[in-house]
Amino acid sequence: MPIWVAVRSLTRVKQPVAINPLSGCTDWSVEPPQGGWLSRLHLDAPLLIGLLALCGFSLVVIYSAGDREWAMVERQLARQTLALALMLAIAQIHPLQLKRWSLALYGLGVLMLVAVLAIGDIGKGAQRWLDFGFIRFQPSEILKLVVPMTTAWALARRPLPPRLPDILLVGILTLVPAALIAKQPDLGTALLVASAGILVLFIAGVRWRLIIGLLGFLVALAPLVWGHLQDYQRARILTFLNPQSDPLGSGYHIIQSQIAIGSGGLSGKGWLHGTQSHLEFLPERHTDFIFAVIGEEFGFTGILALMALYLFVIGRGLMIAARAQDTYERLLAGSLTLVFFVYLFVNTGMVSGLLPVVGVPLPLISYGGTSMVTLMAGFGMLMAIETRRSRRYQDV
Amino acid sequence: MLANSLEERERERRLVGTRLATAALFVLLGLGVILFQLYRLQLEYHDHFAALSTENRVKIQPVPPSRGLIFDSRGVLLADNHPSFSLMITIEKVGDLATTIEALKGLITIQDSDLARFERLKRKRMRFQPIPIRQNLTPEEVARFAVDSYRFPGVEVQAELIRSYPQGPLTAHVLGYVGRINEEDLKRIDKSNYAGTNFIGKGGVELAHEDVLHGRVGYQQVEVNARGRILRTLASTPPIPGQDLYLYLDVRLQQAASEALGANRGAIVAIDPRTGGVLAMVSQPTFDPNPFVEGISQTDYQTLLNAPDRPLYNRAIRGQYPPGSTIKPFIGLGGLALGFITTRKTVYCPGYFSLPGQTHRFRCWRRGGHGTVDLELGIVQSCDVYFYALANQMGVDKLHEFLSEFGFGRRTGVDIAGELAGLLPSRAWKEGVRKQTWYPGETLIMGIGQGYFLATPMQLAAATAALANKGRFIQPRLAYARRVPGAVTATVFPMVSRQIQIPNPGDWDIIIDAMAKVVESPKGTAKHIHSPDYRIAGKTGTSQVFTIGQKERYEAAKVPMHLRDHALFIAFAPVEDPRIAVAVLVENGGSGGATAAPIARRLIDAYLGGSPLTHSGETAGGD
Repeated sequence: MPIWVAVRSLTRVKQPVAINPLSGCTDWSVEPPQGGWLSRLHLDAPLLIGLLALCGFSLVVIYSAGDREWAMVERQLARQTLALALMLAIAQIHPLQLKRWSLALYGLGVLMLVAVLAIGDIGKGAQRWLDFGFIRFQPSEILKLVVPMTTAWALARRPLPPRLPDILLVGILTLVPAALIAKQPDLGTALLVASAGILVLFIAGVRWRLIIGLLGFLVALAPLVWGHLQDYQRARILTFLNPQSDPLGSGYHIIQSQIAIGSGGLSGKGWLHGTQSHLEFLPERHTDFIFAVIGEEFGFTGILALMALYLFVIGRGLMIAARAQDTYERLLAGSLTLVFFVYLFVNTGMVSGLLPVVGVPLPLISYGGTSMVTLMAGFGMLMAIETRRSRRYQDV
Repeated sequence: MLANSLEERERERRLVGTRLATAALFVLLGLGVILFQLYRLQLEYHDHFAALSTENRVKIQPVPPSRGLIFDSRGVLLADNHPSFSLMITIEKVGDLATTIEALKGLITIQDSDLARFERLKRKRMRFQPIPIRQNLTPEEVARFAVDSYRFPGVEVQAELIRSYPQGPLTAHVLGYVGRINEEDLKRIDKSNYAGTNFIGKGGVELAHEDVLHGRVGYQQVEVNARGRILRTLASTPPIPGQDLYLYLDVRLQQAASEALGANRGAIVAIDPRTGGVLAMVSQPTFDPNPFVEGISQTDYQTLLNAPDRPLYNRAIRGQYPPGSTIKPFIGLGGLALGFITTRKTVYCPGYFSLPGQTHRFRCWRRGGHGTVDLELGIVQSCDVYFYALANQMGVDKLHEFLSEFGFGRRTGVDIAGELAGLLPSRAWKEGVRKQTWYPGETLIMGIGQGYFLATPMQLAAATAALANKGRFIQPRLAYARRVPGAVTATVFPMVSRQIQIPNPGDWDIIIDAMAKVVESPKGTAKHIHSPDYRIAGKTGTSQVFTIGQKERYEAAKVPMHLRDHALFIAFAPVEDPRIAVAVLVENGGSGGATAAPIARRLIDAYLGGSPLTHSGETAGGD
């Protein structure tokens, strides 16, 4: 990954700014790491345990959803390893370095989005991919990280709560990439990118009046967006409003998904015994609709356990954000954690029929590497933030 | 500055901390909403979704029973099933039919005749009933399609059991045939029992014994995936196969009857008087039933339908002919039984009969007359005048009543579908149907089996068998027994019979003796079929197709073929212990004695093993 390559040599950069006048130590990057080997690797044990548990559970479910195809489990394991390695690498980057690079990365990201629209590959009727010959990736994924970084940077320059010019700046910084991504078209990612910026504003303490006003503005914008939607996207929304209108066509996904979840009951049909998934009634069962497989095979009990796990990860993320040492870190950590929650909410809401179908995977569980790598990179930033916290600073 | 900065930082930390706490609340709220939805799906409406899930994956599939086979009395197979691979299309499951068929043509030879049949079956099919576009696929074609089958949703190769009739035309009118179920069949069958069945009896024994031959449908519960592919069987109720039928019919006798009739149009029915079993039933000309099974082409069907000698017409049970003089023994018996005549009573035959006070002459077949005629001579010589007088004496009501006893005017109830009832005229019938009163002259011609009187060869054979049995009328039938395939024992069909009561049972012998003399007496109208090996009792008959004028004379050579007289002969043998009763009808065959009697003799020879008739060229005998 380019970010990782770019910043690899900068993980131990000297920090000349005297942020901490009480410490009397201007170069705290050389402060010897405390605690065990996890801390030395800049890893946060509770978060890591939570993530590894989700990854392990993912393999278990994919083995079932993929009809016991071991090769799929292996591929997912390889992706997880890569993502965890990236997380480890990013955890080594000092948050201040992240802050310093925010704007440059943002510019690069937006350029790549423009490039995608100009020359990108077309997959499933949408231009999302950039092909560099040896690697193919979606620049929109980078934006999921870069937008919270940049907006946090924009707001951290002045005392909070932000004033109107900064809010507008954040608005522009968010909407430009979001609009470019929506144009690909990739509504799900655009939504996540936009929510990252909005969440930064929210955490930064923008007045409720403004937030409500902004939401009202977005609602007012809806008819305009509708006009620019692709036919399949409109069909998804119409289907969401009334899935029975086309039970064999676009409503099929949501009907079969609800049947899968509902038939799971309290304790589920058992691992590998989900009929909806194994008999192929459930579409996209190892990717976007994997939550339905979990619901079918593990029942309400399994869902509760999974949700508890997610809640633990999100809770830990919010805790890291609250305990972070400066505004940039707090905003970034808070935004990344809450975007993770948005993933979870949108996916489970869509699979259970509460929200229209948008292409958002179940975070860290769904088969596939793109979103997982991005999410893990984000958790790498969280760990970087948590493990750079000065102990002397804790009780301020 | 420092303190200010610190204060500032603390305030920011608090602000962000509050917002993060709020966010945490939103997270909990969001997860709560999701969990509430899942609670509703998984606990509240679990039963509903569980049912839908089962409905999704479990399908009930009918398993059709195999159709029972049909054997003759010696175990010769008359109706067989052979497996055949057909390429079936379920039109409701196919997107674009025309494109699909075009694509199929690239894989498998589909001729225009196949397409024509497909179109025809398509019009008559039920919804979601697969219909064949090609039948009798070769193994190579089956394999070729299997490779590409994924390209053709709604098209599949189906192994079907196709009915075949090894005896072909010989048994066509007896067995009928099976064909694909169409909308009309659906109206009269239990649809659930025919789920999965493609063929149904369309006529003859196949239709009459449909319930026995078909069996009961079985079911299997199968698990299917989203594409409808069957993955495994969860539970199954095996079908009850149709039962095999054993007929009284003897294929060798059937063959002999067919050969005896030769190129003539006509019908032969031979019945075993002891059982009522139909030993042979021929209607000539006939047709090959095999093409009908798989759907005969429209042109071939039209050719058969419009052929002048009507091969599809089952003369044995649907052909209604005036019985002519073959009715005379029955009327004679009626005269004796009801006390109108005795054996000693005579009538003078001048060659005609006139009703008192009328000039119209009812002619005897012999223009010169028979002179003084008693009952025996009346039958032996088939004197019309004797029976004019007798019929006149008895009157139409008594005639109707007595002849009804022998089954005339009613379906015999033989187990072949499509039988007609003939017509035994009566005063009530004429007033009801014709809106006319009954004339005495009509009674006279009824006495010689002419006029409105119509009977089928089956009725004549059944009545003859009753005569041979001295009044025991047994409902004729084809099926002797049914057997569950593989079972050791068979179930015999019950015999339905009744006794025709007459005051003096000796009267039976009088009539039978007279019929024996028809063959044995030098004066008999069928004396040339006399056999040295056994005794035959018979009666000739000639039935008029059209009426000739009072002054005219019937000359066969002058009359167009299709208006010439029908030749009839009824007989049973041996006289002492009758084992076969026969009715022979030759359409436009001329005289019964000359044409029909030798045919009957040949048949009886074939059955009883007599020495064959040598002087068949002789055309002696009258009537």
